Amino acid sequence: VCIHRVRSCSSIRVIKSKYVCVFDKSALKFSHQQRLFRTSAVSCGQIVQFKLSDIGEGITEVTVKEWYIKEGDSVSQFDSICEVQSDKASVTITSRYDGVIRKLHYSIDDIAFVGKPLVDIEIDASKGVASEEDVVETPPMSHEEHTHQEIKGHKTLATPAVRRLAMENNIKLSEIVGTGKDNRILKEDILNYLAKQTGAILPPSPKAEIVPPLRKSETAPAAPKDKARKIPVPVSRPIVFSGKDKTEPVTGFQKAMVKTMSAALKIPHFGYCDEIDLTQLVQLREELKALAESRGVKLSFMPFFIKAASLGLLQYPILNASLDENCQNVTYKASHNIGVAMDTEQGLIVPNVKNVQVCSVFDIAAELNRLQSLGSAGQLGTSDLTGGTFTLSNIGTIGGTYAKPVILPPEVAIGALGKIQVVPRFNGKGEVFKAQIMNVSWSADHRIIDGATMARFSNLWKSYLENPASMLLDLK
Amino acid sequence: MVLQPSLKNCLRLSCALRTPKAGFKSTARGALIIQSVSNDVYQNLAVEDWIHDHMDLEKRQVLFLWRNSPAVVIGRHQNPWQECNLRLLRQKNIKLARRRSGGGTVYHDLGNINLTFFTTRKKYERMENLKLVVKALKALRPQLDIHVTDRYDILLDRHYKISGTAAKLGGTSAYHHCTLLCNADKCVLSSVLKSPYKGLKSNATPSVPAAVKNLFEEDPTLTSEMLLDAIAKEYSTQHQIDHHITLINPADETLLPGINNKTKELQTWEWVYGKTPKFSISTCLNMAYKDSVLDVKVNMDVKHGRIEVCNIDLPEQWLPPALYSELVKSLTGSKFCPNETTTLATTLLRVCPHDDELHSRWNLLCENMIMLM
Repeated sequence: VCIHRVRSCSSIRVIKSKYVCVFDKSALKFSHQQRLFRTSAVSCGQIVQFKLSDIGEGITEVTVKEWYIKEGDSVSQFDSICEVQSDKASVTITSRYDGVIRKLHYSIDDIAFVGKPLVDIEIDASKGVASEEDVVETPPMSHEEHTHQEIKGHKTLATPAVRRLAMENNIKLSEIVGTGKDNRILKEDILNYLAKQTGAILPPSPKAEIVPPLRKSETAPAAPKDKARKIPVPVSRPIVFSGKDKTEPVTGFQKAMVKTMSAALKIPHFGYCDEIDLTQLVQLREELKALAESRGVKLSFMPFFIKAASLGLLQYPILNASLDENCQNVTYKASHNIGVAMDTEQGLIVPNVKNVQVCSVFDIAAELNRLQSLGSAGQLGTSDLTGGTFTLSNIGTIGGTYAKPVILPPEVAIGALGKIQVVPRFNGKGEVFKAQIMNVSWSADHRIIDGATMARFSNLWKSYLENPASMLLDLK
Repeated sequence: MVLQPSLKNCLRLSCALRTPKAGFKSTARGALIIQSVSNDVYQNLAVEDWIHDHMDLEKRQVLFLWRNSPAVVIGRHQNPWQECNLRLLRQKNIKLARRRSGGGTVYHDLGNINLTFFTTRKKYERMENLKLVVKALKALRPQLDIHVTDRYDILLDRHYKISGTAAKLGGTSAYHHCTLLCNADKCVLSSVLKSPYKGLKSNATPSVPAAVKNLFEEDPTLTSEMLLDAIAKEYSTQHQIDHHITLINPADETLLPGINNKTKELQTWEWVYGKTPKFSISTCLNMAYKDSVLDVKVNMDVKHGRIEVCNIDLPEQWLPPALYSELVKSLTGSKFCPNETTTLATTLLRVCPHDDELHSRWNLLCENMIMLM
């Protein structure tokens, strides 16, 4: 810790300013090293008109394009206030003061003038003096140290309030790691430094947070900072979590889902689950993958699941039906438009493969490829997303075994497929073998579908997949 | 010949970039020239942000050279619907980015080079930068008729625009960037920069269209690499540094801590579309239904890229009133985005009465609405 004698600190002089605020030492003065700038006397609680500063290139007026704050918001020095534009240049205006915004002098698209008031800020009572320019020169210290600072090319940014705090605690600002914007030294940085040096428990500052692990300044391996960090004093400080709840309105697609899912749960669901031995199918797919690739199509398991489902629906058409709103009529749909649940950035979307009943497994695979690439690009059309009659959800690609899928109206049935797992099973001879097992969970509308129908459909679907050769017999 | 990414240079740069406060240990006093190895527009824009936010430009200025694979870049306060053909962009897989500087819309591809001049706010001087570029080009090809206009454009043969400019000022730093047309695809350029959207009213910064020409058309021996090199040479002469270009990788989190977050932010919908200044649409849908054509007036207000107000003037009872109000209610507050509207409309259809006629009308209306986006 560097000891500063108060005497050397107070050997600096103030140039034309008056202080009304709270200062412990009346002899305290600041020096202006490199640039002369005006300090205006500001008393606490006073409303200051923050003027639009010079943009450069002789520009006198700009257009206000966006406000980042509104009347009543608190701002800290260096927070962004607004974005203005002039002749192809976009300028971010940052606050010179800590305080509360009391008035915005312009609306969006108004012309603002350089040198005229932009916003009125009520200065924060606890923060003391604010100057009109960034205080960018080196902090008060003896002459040799100051020269030393210049040679190192050091630039320490800190508000006057922070400098005062450092001075009162005999801290050299060059020893502090600044964690604010542009490596600015904040009040928290001084407090952290003090805590490390003295091992004292400090009262938490109003903005106390868990010190974030890696900020940009900490990746720099500069020498002075290393010195400060070598003392690993465990600091016991109350850990304050300053995360805030965030409330957002439910809009657009989410709103539509709310409506659909609420309607879906009015349907009396029943579930039926089973496990499928896909050992033979896995092998078949392995053999056919290369052939499909040569035709430019990626072959997954889904085309088989979809085609087998369609063959099953031919025997149990009630699963491909729709019940009207009054539950008066059941419509048996002729087309098997089988929907495939897809997870996108937006959420769950269900495009469908049209007329599976007249498609080959390869046709289905090609169509799935098309829907998948459109889906990930966010370019699915209305026809792809409407007209579905039956849905399969391959949640197993993400994970899970059994599920409880929700029927998508106006359909009456849905199947969720878990992941394929390698588990031991007994074969016909009583021997243990490696089986590729997948679980399926069906949900159906109990108003028109009974358990027996669902079970028989599932058994038929299962037999096609466990013995793919049998699909050949019934293929249409 | 100039692009030597020696380890030493990378380390030098790493010191320079990571330790703004610790002073400079490198021998490159006064200025630094860096070039991106990436052609990803978002990554390159993120590098600009990073340098603007993190580098101390007081003692050392920076020249950043970059090129992008096909992309359209709009200015900070512009309206993408007004500036380009978004449908075509989606079809051709051309990216859309919004930069942080002001100005108008540009088309980027590998035949278009980007130069960013980083300085402190006090040293911000666009004319000087552009004069440097012209000097470099003239040194390379003295016969080129190029000059800088007072709108900060560079014109070839007094008529064709070969460079546009934009700038960003904030805090203590500033940057001025400009493009330079070497060998860009002019066909794609003109087709993507033509907006098909009608009836838009907004205070967003409009682009000023200009006739363009590639330097390559003037002199086929010129390449982007030659131009980059010539400009780097002139810059190094004027700043009295070694003629040396340091390559950087915009995905390198160690070199540029926090860069990946910046890249991600530039890609979010909230930034690219959500930052569009408030605008309104007043147009007419011509829907061909059965044997007639319906004229349907549509009025919408879009703020932060989301539909604030939506009015569709349908013939009475064309859609059941309850359904119509459901549609309008759902559209209000949702993103002005074709994908969002498609998924919204098709999802809502699930709870509509099962009526083929109704469904086809609904789909027709939604498809027409989506064409506006």
